[in-house]
Amino acid sequence: MRSRPVLLVLTAAVLPVLAACSSPEAGAGKAGPITVTATDTRCTLTKTSLDAGTHSFAIRNDGGQVTEFYVYAEGDKIMGEVENIGPGLTRTLPVELPAGRYQAACKPGMTGKGIRTALTVTGEVAKPVSDTAELAAATASYQRYVEAQSTALIEKTGEFVAAVKARDNAKAKALFPVARTYWERIEPVATSFGDLDPKIDARENDVEPGQPWTGFHRLEKDLWVAGDVSGDGAIADQLLADVRQVVTKSKAVTFTPLQMANGSKALLDEVATGKVTGEEDRYSHTDLWDFRGNVDGSQAAIAALRPVLVKRDPALVATIESRFAAVGRLLDTHATRTGYKLYTQLSRDEVRALAVAVDAVAEPLSTVAATVAKR
Amino acid sequence: MNAGPRVSRRRLLGAAGAGAAAVAVGGAGLGIRELVGEPVATSAVPFHGVHQAGITTPAQDRLHFAAFDVTTTRRADLVQLLKDWTDAAARMTAGRDAGPVGAVAGVPEAPPDDTGEAIGLAASRLTITVGFGPSLFDRRFGLASRRPPALADLPHFVADNLDPGRSGGDLAVQACADDPQVAVHAIRNLARIAFGTAAVRYSQLGFGRTSSTSRSQTTARNLFGFKDGTANLKSEDTDLIDSQVWAAAGDGAGWMAGGSYLVTRRIRMHIEPWDRTPLVEQEAIIGRDKGEGAPLGRRHEFDEIDLAAQGADGQPAVPMDAHVRLSHPSRHGGAHLLRRGYNFVDGSDGLGRLDAGLFFMAYQRDPRTQFVPIQRALRDDPMNEYIQHVGSGLFACPPGVRPGGHLGETLFSR
Repeated sequence: MRSRPVLLVLTAAVLPVLAACSSPEAGAGKAGPITVTATDTRCTLTKTSLDAGTHSFAIRNDGGQVTEFYVYAEGDKIMGEVENIGPGLTRTLPVELPAGRYQAACKPGMTGKGIRTALTVTGEVAKPVSDTAELAAATASYQRYVEAQSTALIEKTGEFVAAVKARDNAKAKALFPVARTYWERIEPVATSFGDLDPKIDARENDVEPGQPWTGFHRLEKDLWVAGDVSGDGAIADQLLADVRQVVTKSKAVTFTPLQMANGSKALLDEVATGKVTGEEDRYSHTDLWDFRGNVDGSQAAIAALRPVLVKRDPALVATIESRFAAVGRLLDTHATRTGYKLYTQLSRDEVRALAVAVDAVAEPLSTVAATVAKR
Repeated sequence: MNAGPRVSRRRLLGAAGAGAAAVAVGGAGLGIRELVGEPVATSAVPFHGVHQAGITTPAQDRLHFAAFDVTTTRRADLVQLLKDWTDAAARMTAGRDAGPVGAVAGVPEAPPDDTGEAIGLAASRLTITVGFGPSLFDRRFGLASRRPPALADLPHFVADNLDPGRSGGDLAVQACADDPQVAVHAIRNLARIAFGTAAVRYSQLGFGRTSSTSRSQTTARNLFGFKDGTANLKSEDTDLIDSQVWAAAGDGAGWMAGGSYLVTRRIRMHIEPWDRTPLVEQEAIIGRDKGEGAPLGRRHEFDEIDLAAQGADGQPAVPMDAHVRLSHPSRHGGAHLLRRGYNFVDGSDGLGRLDAGLFFMAYQRDPRTQFVPIQRALRDDPMNEYIQHVGSGLFACPPGVRPGGHLGETLFSR
């Protein structure tokens, strides 16, 4: 929490042109769904040369690990994604693809760059040409991202809450950082809705005297410090209800490119002030998961804006992308089989290196808003 | 180089009529464009010259010093940083904003290219002096063969208790000014420009000068309460400055000709025990009287130290282990230092004592024959009971910047 809301001016946010760009026709393309067979080591598509237009991917997870499926444009701009496809499940994903070169990726274990397959899209539906249309496409792309994260947030928060209510402390502790990852990715959006953010994400010192302390961190303290969540049933239910409400509101709003740029910066501010200091998850010390979530969210907003930014300031895009990559490599060095090292396992030098890497990307990123606003 | 609109902070002050507070209130209403083309502040120290400013410049009242680690591995990025720093330093030392746009003149969607806390403040004799640490001359930037012999790592001195987090650094920036906020503004903006290329390793605020570097200045006192720097090299001693401060082309690194070597030491003073020490013992440790600052056995501050003089008791007037005797040039082949240190108090140490001392800075032509032997001679200085060296830095400060050139140009030009 604590980030400045990026959606204060919601009434001014709607771009008329969006309506045309963000409503892909429902259903599959002419040739029916493209079947994706995902295993722990392979990612097979029934078709990789496509006509421009809207396509439906049907992803079946034949592997043993939970997987994800992405369609990326250049610069890993996300055209569409499905998270949390459990073993044995099939999910469908509609994606609108203008002519161009893309990559499909399955991510068994939900980590890394994924198993990639090139997709070539040719034909009539032209790419947006005008600036305005490109900005509209950017906001639509980011909207898809927020929706996908929101869906996963509800799912994982639901599992976490269920574990708390079942008093399965071990399971709840394992799910806590997973659910929070989705929260952190869309944090500036989620924090835009008044008192919902403090109800979900307040830390103990954020609460006024006499006010109840609810949300993730209350449960975190009970799990890690007291080791007892037997009295937390109502708090758990409230958390899930609050998250559902945030998600409903998040899906209903439309973003402006400027809000995306500012949100992207706000996410890195979150890292610099809360995560790199170990304040966010002071009982569980799972701060690096949140760190990664914030960075993912920031990067997603920039990736969505990329087609516009690259025309206006290609050097800026190159700088930001290479510095994001450096942050990613650094975080990878702290990855474990199940996630990330605890904050308390990091040396002072390692923490400093993370802080330096975040500052390095945040400074140029702070100029994106002005670049986007430029006419 | 983009000179940008010439917004003088001093003119902003003048236009507001009276005082910085008035500017803080009225500043927003002043059209910046009205100020374009106005002459720069008269309290400005010229940035360009044969030598970097901030060495023989009469010591300003305040310091903000920062050491940086270079975080890029690309030489071109490092050179670009030095160019960007040059532009910003030239602007800020003239009393202008750090960036070409300024603190309040940009588009509303963009963060300003100056952080703004110096709006309404004069140039305040700000100088920005840059140096290169030994660690810069490794393999990262192809500089290994260009490391000056005089930039030899300092040896361990007896009783050193150095904190690596307060020592070393690839780059150093010394910002001195008569206004503390102007000095802090300089470091803050240079650190901001460096994000992604270099990161602050440590920084040090100094609130009061302890040395005079010109005969036009009175001698200030350190936190022991004694005048410090009476016998310091003065900018008026041009022959000594040339032979003791400025590196020459034939010294082993041609690119350093006109530059100087800076040694920094964060010296923690054990203030409280010192304050419980009898006056006579304090004076014997220093070798000067506390009120006037005269050498023991003499009457006036600037009287020559007489190392042979005896007191009525037949003992040396200046004790054999007095600080002024141990560090006297006559004992070190005539070696002098241009000291430019500052007092610091970084709050308290959690044990009820001030975290205070002297941030020692000294410029010289060759630390191997100047700082190192002098510091070694202080091994038996009784003052050591009251101090501890907790940080250390060594930097090659290149020659000054010519108009159109950049900091470190002689090092990176080939």
